[in-house]
Amino acid sequence: MRAMGIIIARDLRLGMRAGGALGAGLIFFLSVVMVSAFAIGPDLGLLSRVGPAILWIGALLASLLGLERIFAADHEDGSLDLLQLAPLPMEAVAAAKGIAHWLMTGLSLAVAVPVFGILLGVSGKALFAAALLLLVGTPAITFLGLIGAAVSVALPRAGMLVAILVLPFTIPVLIFGAAATESAIAGEVFGTPFKLLLATALFGFVIGPVAAAAAIRLARS
Amino acid sequence: MPVSDLANPHRFLRFARWGVPLFALLAVALIALGLTLGFLAPPERDQGESVKIIFLHVPSAWLSMGIFAFMAIAALGTLVWRHPLADVAQKAAAPIGAAFCVVCLVSGALWGRPAWGTYWQWDGRLTSVLVLLLIYLGIIALWRAFEEPGLAARAVSVLTLAGSINLPIIKFSVDWWSTLHQPASVLRFGGPTIHPAFLTPLLVSALGFAFLFGALLMAAMRNEILRRRVRTLRILAASGAQ
Repeated sequence: MRAMGIIIARDLRLGMRAGGALGAGLIFFLSVVMVSAFAIGPDLGLLSRVGPAILWIGALLASLLGLERIFAADHEDGSLDLLQLAPLPMEAVAAAKGIAHWLMTGLSLAVAVPVFGILLGVSGKALFAAALLLLVGTPAITFLGLIGAAVSVALPRAGMLVAILVLPFTIPVLIFGAAATESAIAGEVFGTPFKLLLATALFGFVIGPVAAAAAIRLARS
Repeated sequence: MPVSDLANPHRFLRFARWGVPLFALLAVALIALGLTLGFLAPPERDQGESVKIIFLHVPSAWLSMGIFAFMAIAALGTLVWRHPLADVAQKAAAPIGAAFCVVCLVSGALWGRPAWGTYWQWDGRLTSVLVLLLIYLGIIALWRAFEEPGLAARAVSVLTLAGSINLPIIKFSVDWWSTLHQPASVLRFGGPTIHPAFLTPLLVSALGFAFLFGALLMAAMRNEILRRRVRTLRILAASGAQ
């Protein structure tokens, strides 16, 4: 547990110092919101109806953005080798790195949703629901994305590939997340779609680190 | 000769020499028989003649899922048993599976237009098959991204096993979301609900397409083995020249 905490703290520190991860995801999210507003047109009535969907798409794309770096940076400077020699099982390492990545991207996206939602004219209740549901949905995306990040760890330029590999796996998260937001706007906050979203997140939390650890071990054997 | 003898690439190549033409011949004969029987079948009550695309659509749908299951087993073969031909089979099967997936989607769209009045609908079955195609394309892209075949095989195997959770979703999508696509009518508890006049040609043509997959797979595996030999020879030649 303590070792995992140390890895999380280290990744967070590295992320802050490099400065890229935290800001870039948010800026990208804002860009997606802005671009869709331009594409749809400035009709606030229409925007408020498709707003929650745009927020989900933006959050999904922004979460995919930095996935590639989760393991690649450690692979390049050799610290992944050291982590493998450490007594901590690789599954725990992968989980810790996933948590650190989510704290840097997913959490900030969920926090930013109310602000960006106002730009799209989404109503107050829907804003709150979307933010809360993204808080559940983004960890699912990150932990499913761990698999893609680990599988392509040995590749020099994996950015686009990781997004292609991970996107199909995140479709259930998007479906249930958008459906849960819809039903939250309609008044049923904890309906079936929310439970399914939660189930997907838990499923990702279990399978993501295990598959990622297997992929990393295999890539170096 | 036990099947396990094929584990040896040399023996496999010897087997493929007559296996490929044999399977191809069986495929052509069975597909021709299945399609002929299908076209002689009476027109369906509601859909008339357009139903006959089923003899192309359903076998390719089955194969697109079956080939992914085959790849998942081959992935286990790579990771668990370290079988020397498992990753060759995996790599060779991926483009064939993707092609059957495309055939399934396109023929389904062409059939959907007269039957449902639309080429495409975001229905559970249709969408999950599209996701299957995306996973296939991702796997092919990952194969091509690596230079070292052994490394690629291990990475792809993990992805293939993770992607196989989509197979039960496709299978049961028509029961979970009964939106547009009809529910299962052949592989279901309580036996098929299709009239034998359609079922027999369907099964014959499905068997023919399965042999077609076998022939294509063996030919592609043979190419892959030879390609790896060339690669090894090149590396040896390059290191010998120093």
